[in-house]
Amino acid sequence: MHLVNVAQAAQGTQFEAPGPGDFEFAPFLGGSAFLTKPTLIIVLGSLAIAVLFWLAARRASLVPDKGQFIGESVYGFVRDTIVGDTIGREGRAFVPYLTTLFCFIAVLNLSGIIPVLQFPATSKIGVPLFLALVSWVIFNYVGIRRHGFLGYFKAMMFPPGLPKLIYVLLAPLEFFSTVIIRPITLTLRLTLNMFAGHLVLLVCILGGEFLLVEKGGVLAALSIVPFGFSIVLTFFEAFVQVLQAYVFVLLSALYIAGALADEH
Amino acid sequence: MTGNIENLGNLNMIGYGLAAIGPGIGIGLIFAAYINGVARQPEARGVLQGIAILGFALAEALAIIGIGLAFVL
Repeated sequence: MHLVNVAQAAQGTQFEAPGPGDFEFAPFLGGSAFLTKPTLIIVLGSLAIAVLFWLAARRASLVPDKGQFIGESVYGFVRDTIVGDTIGREGRAFVPYLTTLFCFIAVLNLSGIIPVLQFPATSKIGVPLFLALVSWVIFNYVGIRRHGFLGYFKAMMFPPGLPKLIYVLLAPLEFFSTVIIRPITLTLRLTLNMFAGHLVLLVCILGGEFLLVEKGGVLAALSIVPFGFSIVLTFFEAFVQVLQAYVFVLLSALYIAGALADEH
Repeated sequence: MTGNIENLGNLNMIGYGLAAIGPGIGIGLIFAAYINGVARQPEARGVLQGIAILGFALAEALAIIGIGLAFVL
């Protein structure tokens, strides 16, 4: 990032490259750091999901109207494509949680490309961290309820049918990866995907704006390149944002399936 | 500022660029295998898609941990 600064410094005006500082927002009401832009996006997103599902289910009938069809499509997608392929029939109990999770993450991700909001609330690490912890509690809880406390850890750390010596290496690895690494990777994958995506969009748009406003002349004409890229990348971001919501829910479902399975 | 060395950019980012090569190749291999599988057996697309995206997510986690460390360290 500083390389750009050197090149620009030679010509006079500086280009302020976007960085982690662009993810910090001042609180609206001053003083208390509670109500910031990401908090507001989370509240708006939750309300939007609640209202949309309420509208979809309000006049539920055998022949669905348009709203009901969309609501049922989302629910059916999670039930058939995600839960059906991973947990199977006994996964029905988890479909409401996973559908809510999918909608919540997808909406908060997509707030990164919705005009005016234009900030993915999930790029603040607290949001994915909390969601990952909820998934972590759920899959450990159902595993312990299914196999008993010792039985769960035995099934996790000592998969049968291996030479005794291997367990010395395998047992701590399995414990480490299941109990500690899983929530961390769930959190980091979502956070940093959104973080990096937002940063790339910022670089393109602010770079284009810098060329157009600060430079002028031939360089102003060249600003069409970063602006064009920012449009392409916005579509790419929309794809990544939905994909990451899908990946988060798919992995949560897989972890629940692994905890429920009799033999690992 | 001590000399020009601070203006030469963030070495972490170069390290991250190098670290991203591995997951990049891995993700390429995963999708190559997926395309191969669908080309050979188009009706298996649904099953393969889930597996491919799962593999993509796991390989991508390495690159993501890399960018996290590039900012943190």
